[in-house]
Amino acid sequence: MAATGNLTRGGGARSGIATEPWWVRAILITLAVVVLGVLLVLPLVTIFVEAFREGWAAYKEQIIAPETWSAIKLTLITALIAVPLNLVFGIAAAWAVTKFNFWGKSILVTLIDLPFSVSPVAAGLALVILFNLQNGYLAPVLKWLDLKVIFSLPGMVLATVFITFPFVARELIPLMQSQGTEEEEAAHVLGANGWQMFWRVTLPNIKWGVLYGVILCNARAMGEFGAVYAVSSNFEGQKTLPLYIERVYYASWVSLVPVFAVASLLGVLALITLVVKTWLEWKTQREMAEGSKAVH
Amino acid sequence: MSIVAKNITKRFGNYTALDNVTVEAPAGKLVALLGPSGSGKTTLLRIIAGLEFADAGHVLFENEDATARSARHRNVGFVFQHYALFRHMTIFENIAFPLRVRKQPKDEVGERVRELLKLVQLEGLEKRYPSQLSGGQRQRIALARALAARPKVLLLDEPFGALDAKVRKELRRWLRRLHDEIHVTSLFVTHDQEEALEVADQVVIMNQAKVEQIGTPEEVYNKPANPFVFGFLGQVNVFHGRVANGQAQLANGAIVAPAAGQVGEGSVAAYVRPHDIDLLKDDPHDGSATAGKVAWVHRAGSTIKIEVILNATNQLLIVELPRERYAQLNVLANDDVWARPRDAKLFTGDYQI
Repeated sequence: MAATGNLTRGGGARSGIATEPWWVRAILITLAVVVLGVLLVLPLVTIFVEAFREGWAAYKEQIIAPETWSAIKLTLITALIAVPLNLVFGIAAAWAVTKFNFWGKSILVTLIDLPFSVSPVAAGLALVILFNLQNGYLAPVLKWLDLKVIFSLPGMVLATVFITFPFVARELIPLMQSQGTEEEEAAHVLGANGWQMFWRVTLPNIKWGVLYGVILCNARAMGEFGAVYAVSSNFEGQKTLPLYIERVYYASWVSLVPVFAVASLLGVLALITLVVKTWLEWKTQREMAEGSKAVH
Repeated sequence: MSIVAKNITKRFGNYTALDNVTVEAPAGKLVALLGPSGSGKTTLLRIIAGLEFADAGHVLFENEDATARSARHRNVGFVFQHYALFRHMTIFENIAFPLRVRKQPKDEVGERVRELLKLVQLEGLEKRYPSQLSGGQRQRIALARALAARPKVLLLDEPFGALDAKVRKELRRWLRRLHDEIHVTSLFVTHDQEEALEVADQVVIMNQAKVEQIGTPEEVYNKPANPFVFGFLGQVNVFHGRVANGQAQLANGAIVAPAAGQVGEGSVAAYVRPHDIDLLKDDPHDGSATAGKVAWVHRAGSTIKIEVILNATNQLLIVELPRERYAQLNVLANDDVWARPRDAKLFTGDYQI
């Protein structure tokens, strides 16, 4: 307990639990800040610095180029389809897992987490094996439906949906678990049918969790590279923003400004996501605290 | 509307929660389901509500079989122990909920909500949220919400369990007065025997998935059917002994003459309430009292509680005396006293409390 004597040295609140001397604390904090700075902040700052190295005009030229816009459009369309789909899937999965008991529940929970443990490229290639029109397993079905999946928008959406599937569900499951089923039971006894119960009672209670999940899902959807790369082609108008950045990088002989200019768009998205996410996280924490207070 | 739960059996895996239980609540009466944790009372209430389904048996509302109906269609009012108010809705919307899901017109909804707020004496709180209310207020709102759609039957699951002792006492009297006003058939679950005896018209005592006794509060307290009921409804002192020649000789030396024909021969247990024991300074020399030493005197309270260790059996005796009697007696710890039971209920055979 020799370290206890050091507790009164230095400033700051003491919880009485941490008994490390102040210099240990200082080293740890510095280490954390340096690592975060080098790995996260520095690259982000570099993107913006390099993007504007040749001035605002050069930057603007890259942003308003037609290929850039085509990439932006494709990214937006993919996200606009994938995110709502995962919103519905996620809410349904979280609802099933938290409000009911059924055989295979733990299997479902494991499956929800599957996209996190699979390499995105592997996932994309798996989709290629399934859906390609030459010798894919589902090729006969696709030919019958006259549907092109790989090297086309449906394939990119599918890849994005797979990769971003867990975000909404994983956010909602602990939230709904902490809120329990009592309010839904009360709604049931008071005469509400399933839809009324969900819309009037469950959804308002989880709205911040849903928004948080959607923000994460969207950020990941817009930034997905590996899986979408595997299922898409080299043609123009077929590249999402991350894919486009890669192509510009390999095609840039003279300067790197084009690359960083386009990358800065994703950088801005990252910053916006971070701000909104932090605010929603704070909101959801409050919901969970209130939820467990009400139940116990 | 009367409630009848007939021959209800419910099992959760290997655990039997209810074993062929039959309970009746006459129309307009307030009935208590009383018992320790795990006795099955909450399960029974939820089966009557339709929140659970029994493995066997029937639930009848005014002789109409509702067993297969889901909770939505039974039109029962249910009050949860932890209120289950909708935290994101105002008090007004909470109470209006059952009316809104039945698609009632707006002005009717408003009128009914105001009527109910007046009934539970919480006017003016329409725009507040549940988190801004005290526990007692929340439970009254939960009650108002349960009554909004005019249910024929009101079910309450340990409604005051989550509240402070003082609020609990206030609200139980309030519930009784409310029931007298609106006369809805009500069934409430509690493990607090004081609450059940004070509030209910009829008490159903349950233990380990079975019904032990049904009767008015007076009946179950003064004429308990078995040792469990006796012990559950209040404190009790137990003496063991043998019955011979029409008299019970108890281990502590006292002789109790049972009422004619009450018990046969064999081993016997005498159950005596703390307030049915007299304490005397001297031996009355008629075999009716037994010697002991005062161990502890609790002087704070409406009655004085004295703990006595009996000399013969080293048994702890709990005695309750009115304050005036104790003032006359004036014993302190370590004094010698003689304890004389005035009234006892005798049970034969082997029993476990």
